[in-house]
Amino acid sequence: MSQLPEKAKVVVIGAGIVGNSIVYHLAKLGWEDIVLIDKGPLPNPGGSTGHASNFLFLATHSKEFAEITLDSVEQYKELGVFTQCGGIEVARTEERMEEFRRLMGSSKKWGIESRYVTPAQVKEMVPFINEETIVGGFYTPGVGVVDSLQAGTLMREYGEKKGVLSSFPNVEVMDIETEDGVVKAVVTDKGRIETEYAVIACGVWSPRIAKMAGAAIPLTPQVHQMISVGPIDVLAQTDGEIGYPIIRDMDTFMYERQSGGDMEVGSYAHRAILIHPDDIPSIEEAEMSPTELPFTEEDFEAQFEHSLEIMPDILGDETAGIRHAINGLLSLTPDGYPLLGETTEVKKLWSVAAVWIKEGPGTGRLVAEWMTHGVSDIDGHHSDISRFSNYARGEYHSAQRTAEAFNKTYGIVHPREQWLSNRNVRVSPFFQMQKDLGAVFFETAGWERPQWYESNKKLLAEFGDRVVDRPNEWDSRWWSPIINAEHLAMRQRVGMVDLTALSIFDVKGSGAVAYMEKMAMAKMDVAIGRGVYTPILNVKGTFKSDLTILRLGKTHYRVITGGSDGPRDMKWFNDNRPGDDSVTIQDMTSALCTIGVWGPKARDLMQSVTKADMSNEAFPFGWTKKIRIDGVEVLAFRISYVGELGWEIYIPMELGLGIGQKLWKAGQEFGVVPVGIGVYGTTGRLEKGYRLMSAELDADYNPVEAGLARPKVKKADFIGKEGYLQARAEEPAALLCTLTVEDHTSKSGVKRYMQGGEPILTLDGEMIQDAKGRYSYATSAGDGPSIGKHILLAYLPPQHAKVGKKLLVEYMAENYPVTVAAVGSTPVFDPNNERMKA
Amino acid sequence: MDILVCIKRVPVTGAKVVLTADEQAIDASYLSFAPGPHEECAIEEAVQIVKKHGGSSTALTLGPDAAVEQLRYAASMGVDDLILLETDEEWPPMPTARAITAAIQAQEKKFDALLFGNESADAGGYQVGIRVAHALGMPVVTGIKKLEFEAGTAVAHRQTPAGWEIYEVPLPAVFTIKEGINVPRYPSIPGKLKAKKKVIQRIAPEEGDVGLEKVRLVVPEAEASDVTILGHGAAAAPQMVELLGELGLV
Repeated sequence: MSQLPEKAKVVVIGAGIVGNSIVYHLAKLGWEDIVLIDKGPLPNPGGSTGHASNFLFLATHSKEFAEITLDSVEQYKELGVFTQCGGIEVARTEERMEEFRRLMGSSKKWGIESRYVTPAQVKEMVPFINEETIVGGFYTPGVGVVDSLQAGTLMREYGEKKGVLSSFPNVEVMDIETEDGVVKAVVTDKGRIETEYAVIACGVWSPRIAKMAGAAIPLTPQVHQMISVGPIDVLAQTDGEIGYPIIRDMDTFMYERQSGGDMEVGSYAHRAILIHPDDIPSIEEAEMSPTELPFTEEDFEAQFEHSLEIMPDILGDETAGIRHAINGLLSLTPDGYPLLGETTEVKKLWSVAAVWIKEGPGTGRLVAEWMTHGVSDIDGHHSDISRFSNYARGEYHSAQRTAEAFNKTYGIVHPREQWLSNRNVRVSPFFQMQKDLGAVFFETAGWERPQWYESNKKLLAEFGDRVVDRPNEWDSRWWSPIINAEHLAMRQRVGMVDLTALSIFDVKGSGAVAYMEKMAMAKMDVAIGRGVYTPILNVKGTFKSDLTILRLGKTHYRVITGGSDGPRDMKWFNDNRPGDDSVTIQDMTSALCTIGVWGPKARDLMQSVTKADMSNEAFPFGWTKKIRIDGVEVLAFRISYVGELGWEIYIPMELGLGIGQKLWKAGQEFGVVPVGIGVYGTTGRLEKGYRLMSAELDADYNPVEAGLARPKVKKADFIGKEGYLQARAEEPAALLCTLTVEDHTSKSGVKRYMQGGEPILTLDGEMIQDAKGRYSYATSAGDGPSIGKHILLAYLPPQHAKVGKKLLVEYMAENYPVTVAAVGSTPVFDPNNERMKA
Repeated sequence: MDILVCIKRVPVTGAKVVLTADEQAIDASYLSFAPGPHEECAIEEAVQIVKKHGGSSTALTLGPDAAVEQLRYAASMGVDDLILLETDEEWPPMPTARAITAAIQAQEKKFDALLFGNESADAGGYQVGIRVAHALGMPVVTGIKKLEFEAGTAVAHRQTPAGWEIYEVPLPAVFTIKEGINVPRYPSIPGKLKAKKKVIQRIAPEEGDVGLEKVRLVVPEAEASDVTILGHGAAAAPQMVELLGELGLV
């Protein structure tokens, strides 16, 4: 083996499927001087890749996972290491069958072939299954298994043959040196390598390696139990490694996967078993491998029984022994998504962690493109490691959340389902007031936000038939008709919404104007006091974010974005800051709380607490002003995400409670109601057709398609301008439309309400695909109490994007009629925005 | 034929043995426990003897409550009855043998053969089987790699560098089994489920005079590797042939 080099362009740490995929794609993209190191031997250094069950199921509700997995399949196929065997997810309960109906919608919209199968059809494909234990199945023919170690070897060979990669096994990282917050060198037990970039692809060890550089990779290693049972004659008789579809016994959280003459039986059903990265044994100390810990049989007892139920003939054979049993380690994250991208703490230190076999090569390509071009073909928005707020980057949060997440791996997770662990972390000054009003709290970025208030139950009687309940349990889970009553009360009188969870940061300095022009699509050199909503584009001209920017002074801007978008946006703004000191960025999130006061009586309410002139003439829409309430100076911004007259009021955090109480007390005269995020984020928003980042807006769609193109393009240069200009010059492949549901009645007579994510079909029941190959689906769904209809937002190709066009939406395997109510950003409620501008 | 097989709960170590800070035990934080390899063969042998000749098999261990895991493992391989001589910790060979002897004498069932591993996988004392045989006044043959029974006697085969020694002994007798006598089975899933339901006879033995006492454990220095790389690929063939010649193998 040659000597470890003293210098490199990039050092990739970890030679599992992820590290190998990264070096492969960096090499393909023209990088040179790539060094790959691992503390273990090659080709199996002892990480999670070495014990993986190596199968790839495709169906998922997540677009990001679907795209990455489908890309990985293609790459594994190109490498010749993919064996297609099909996969059947089987249900033992009707609840799971319903989940399959939902999953079918997801398969369709991501272009994955799946079909329902009866127990008899499952039996035909898998003759040793006990079809009496199951009620049905969800079959995906494209499922397969891979040789991930061989894939890694081939990927390394590509880079080595090209002369741009050197790989060094048995090299342990001792330190990562940084200088002024930038990676400088990787120090190993075999020498120091000065490097421009370092990539952490260390799986379960990643947090430990990141810590050496002062960065955080918030994942927690957890045990996944797996046994291998054999020899089994019927399996041994097949050609090759696998001849039968893989069974996922979803309701017992288990799988059965043939591996030659053995059946591998794995489980996500046992208790969460967390292992700290520092407690993973070394290669020498480990009984099997560092990531194959001794099997704890007591955690598998129920699984023995469940496996016998579903495959009694082969797994009940007394001559078939448990030849191998492990507590295999894998990486879990607080929200289930991988941890990709440059770390928040250290420049040019990249994380590619918490990536499983089915995502390895796709992730490798995504991150290599991102490192090369600043943007990737597949959007990695959800996996961006910079998504975590500071509190969530620590071990504590990750341990709490991943412990809760483990049993959700095969679980049925409702789209609105809330986490129960590590709650009440961030609370606004109004928290106790809200509790007293019976708030039902949902969490975003650690913030507790009232979704609705039980004290508003009395409004149900007030609005009678205009508030529609949902008879189906799934449709009404994590939901209340009170949301719709709050909505109507706000539109009739005035509502108060706690918006403290918004992320806020101030941009100041002599270079602020030029810098803000570069960042935003909308014109930023506006009058002092103006507030502007703007898309933030990536380098290819699609969505990085959308947010509101206030010009508070000549060289002072305030950026206001979503709570969960904040950390990511702040990193984007910081990354693009000029190299000198002409611009400073200060996070104000913890310094300010925010109340939204909206409704026809909002002006009356505000005028009753301040001497400032709140009239339309003195305080027009889209402007900000400092006003005083009880002597306290607050910033008021005349804007609305719910389409009503009113203001967002930004108050220093410690003064918030007093102002909140004052407004609440004064509001009684005007019939004020506390209004939750159910209205702000869904019903009010959808009636106004307002787009939401990562629902309607992502890197797959441009501002023209999203209906957010401005009448004119500003002169100043800005990130993504070229792509934006190109999008303006072309016919859009799709346009974001508002659709209304015309009839909710299912075949069984129960009214059903779409939750978002459902495919949109032609009247013939065909999927709708645009010229760029994207299928149409509901990016958001929710009630529109003021228009008396359920609303869906969806991108439609031009031939369907016509007001009045009749289409269908598929929900739980049934089709419901919908009509295109608006094309582009025109809202279905108050289309001329008269209420906001009153 | 009623067979007793005595086993010990021992840690399964990796390449490097790590001791606890007090040097009294192996640090087993990330290790599993198992009967030693010789004992696993003894269990298999017991199960096969009963299958062939009828009767019953019983597994016995002395150790903490956690050693139930090893008894159930024996049951999952097919052993019928389980006895735990429950102690707080591992005992030295003398009191262990005494406790096992007392337990055997207290059983209603009179065993035809007592099987032990040749030596424990951790301490390697080579004592317990012989001490029990002595105390019960039974013949003992150690290092057995083949065992046959016919009408009240057993024929035990033992491998030595010079060849096979074959012993014919009257029953009841004690045999210490060596790895290689059979290929122990992997427990099946039904075996695991049956084992879970087995009732364990628990006995609290008296320790008394301990005899040999453990002072502390020491991990010996690893011997330096004496691997010599002769060369790579076909080019290494002449050196290989030469070496084999030197060793008198060709």
